[in-house]
Amino acid sequence: MTPPTDYHRYWRDNLRYLAILLLIWFAVSFGCGILFVDELNRLRIGGAKLGFWFAQQGSIYVFVVLIFVYVYLMNRLDRRYGVNE
Amino acid sequence: MTVQAWTYLIVGATFLLYIGIAIWARAGSTQEFYVAGGGVHPVANGMATAADWMSAASFISMAGIISFAGYDGAVYLMGWTGGYVLLALLLAPYLRKFGKFTVPDFIGDRYYSNVARTVAVICAIIVSFTYVAGQMRGVGLVFSRFLEVDINTGVYIGTVVVFFYAIMGGMKGITYTQVAQYCVLIFAYMVPAIFISLQMTDNVIPQLGFIGEMNDGSGMALLDKLDQLHTELGFAEYTSGTKSTIDVFAITLALMAGTAGLPHVIVRFFTVPRVKDARISAGWALLFIAILYTTAPAIAAFARTNLINTIEDRPYAELPPWFAKWEETALVAWQDKNGDGRLQYGPGDPFVGAVDQVIDGGGAQVEGEFGQTMLNNEPTANRNEVYIDRDIMVLANPEIARLPAWIIALVAAGGLAAALSTAAGLLLVISTAVSRDLMRKQIKPNMSEKEELWWARGGAAAAVLVAAYFGVNPPGFVAATVALAFGLAAASFFPAIVLGIFDKRMNRSGAISGMLVGVILMFGYMAVYRLGWFVDEVPPSSSWWFGISPEGFGSVAMLVNTVIALVVSRATAPPPAEVQEIVEEIRIPRGAGAAIDH
Repeated sequence: MTPPTDYHRYWRDNLRYLAILLLIWFAVSFGCGILFVDELNRLRIGGAKLGFWFAQQGSIYVFVVLIFVYVYLMNRLDRRYGVNE
Repeated sequence: MTVQAWTYLIVGATFLLYIGIAIWARAGSTQEFYVAGGGVHPVANGMATAADWMSAASFISMAGIISFAGYDGAVYLMGWTGGYVLLALLLAPYLRKFGKFTVPDFIGDRYYSNVARTVAVICAIIVSFTYVAGQMRGVGLVFSRFLEVDINTGVYIGTVVVFFYAIMGGMKGITYTQVAQYCVLIFAYMVPAIFISLQMTDNVIPQLGFIGEMNDGSGMALLDKLDQLHTELGFAEYTSGTKSTIDVFAITLALMAGTAGLPHVIVRFFTVPRVKDARISAGWALLFIAILYTTAPAIAAFARTNLINTIEDRPYAELPPWFAKWEETALVAWQDKNGDGRLQYGPGDPFVGAVDQVIDGGGAQVEGEFGQTMLNNEPTANRNEVYIDRDIMVLANPEIARLPAWIIALVAAGGLAAALSTAAGLLLVISTAVSRDLMRKQIKPNMSEKEELWWARGGAAAAVLVAAYFGVNPPGFVAATVALAFGLAAASFFPAIVLGIFDKRMNRSGAISGMLVGVILMFGYMAVYRLGWFVDEVPPSSSWWFGISPEGFGSVAMLVNTVIALVVSRATAPPPAEVQEIVEEIRIPRGAGAAIDH
């Protein structure tokens, strides 16, 4: 078992990653795709309105990227604190 | 070869493949039966999760739903993918480290309570049954439409196949058949999509064709063209919705949290060897799901444009042959209200009630003066003359785009793969709930592993039969059940698990009271505002709480659950020291391999 202080720092770093990634998760889906969809629809990506595109395409792409970024960050964190398998 | 011969050939070949895999991967121990021995490669697990997740509804109905809902369809697209981010970041790695076989196992141990375990078992069984009934029905529908057998016969055939490989192989058999099923279903979904994208926009990638220009020489963007067509016919613009912002928000949130809380999805992350594998396999799962989920809105827009261009104000005699073919199955219908022999399409119901065809004394459909199938229905006052079932957008797409017969057969095999893989995953959750969470943990703790395995198989067998029964006799409230499954998962499991991991102070009283209030609230709201129970008639949408529909109410119930759990836990004694140790233990990845055996 790792010493308690390390455990707390590991957990705190983990929570910080979660907070940042979930903020992005919220921003692309609920933000760009729902709450600010009308404002973003004034802009365009290709032949689509941007807000509509985020709601039906963009948010999903960002979700996939978020998980892979999370995996990369956590694997690095696990190694740094020596709790990897 | 005819479409029918191709369908028999391709569907038969895929069924043999699934059964072959089941024989090769049959389970010998409870660990193999419940979690495939805990040794599944993350990429394979990602594919299996994707197949498990994408049901008959995703494959057959989703593109059609989006096609008719336009922007509002985004609630399903974001809701059913965004949940995987929550799953990967908040649940999967910790539950894998915890190392038990089921969700009620976690709830029961973390909250040191058989009451909590029982509440979780009941929720898991209700959620899984509401879901599985729809899958068996989906199997029957695909059979009836492509092989022209009775829907019920289709349900029986599907039952036999699932029976065979779920009972024999358990999680191990299911996992490897799901990998095969994912390959079949994604291929079957993408091939027609690519062809149609090429036909309409010259772009080989449907996701790019979606935001590209029409190739009809107008130089107009596809979505602008579609908005224009919608406006001309009197519909709301395709790219702007009709639901209120708060309702879109609530439904999306409920579907996301529900996805992350569904037991048959969570249990997939118990099958990989290590915590880091649980994280990455959530990533692979979402990637494999995203391929279909980003193609669906493209198909929806292509099909919608194609459909309006093909039928609006066109004489019936000049319609392509698919229209008459699907008219026979009552998935499309036309009633010539103004007697001009042309189809007029627009918003509103074309006639009163479900399609009711005129049948002559010999049992045959009756044709009108233009060759159309005649209807008994009372016409409505609006200008719309055409009824189109949403499922047609995927089922008839290959024909609308004039693709070869083998592609049509492939779509049938894909629909079956989607329905069977989801049904099998759900049945396993039910069987595990019976053998593990009820028998082993509550009734017969001392039984041998062999006996437990027989309980698991018996539980699966009973569950298949009950599911088949519901497939043949679908309950009247089917429309409400899927929303209910997600609402319940969001209102019960999701907060209980997340708080169990991230709030060390969360205790038994808090979790149980939160879950109970959440579930009762969700049930009550659904019963009153969707089904009209306890009141004279279903209340109008203007009386919804905060303007939130029953589909979105899961997010409210989830918040209430969380608040109650936090308040009650702070007012009662903290959890015992050994439970707090478990919580610290599951937050650290090291040592997950050992955890599986306790």
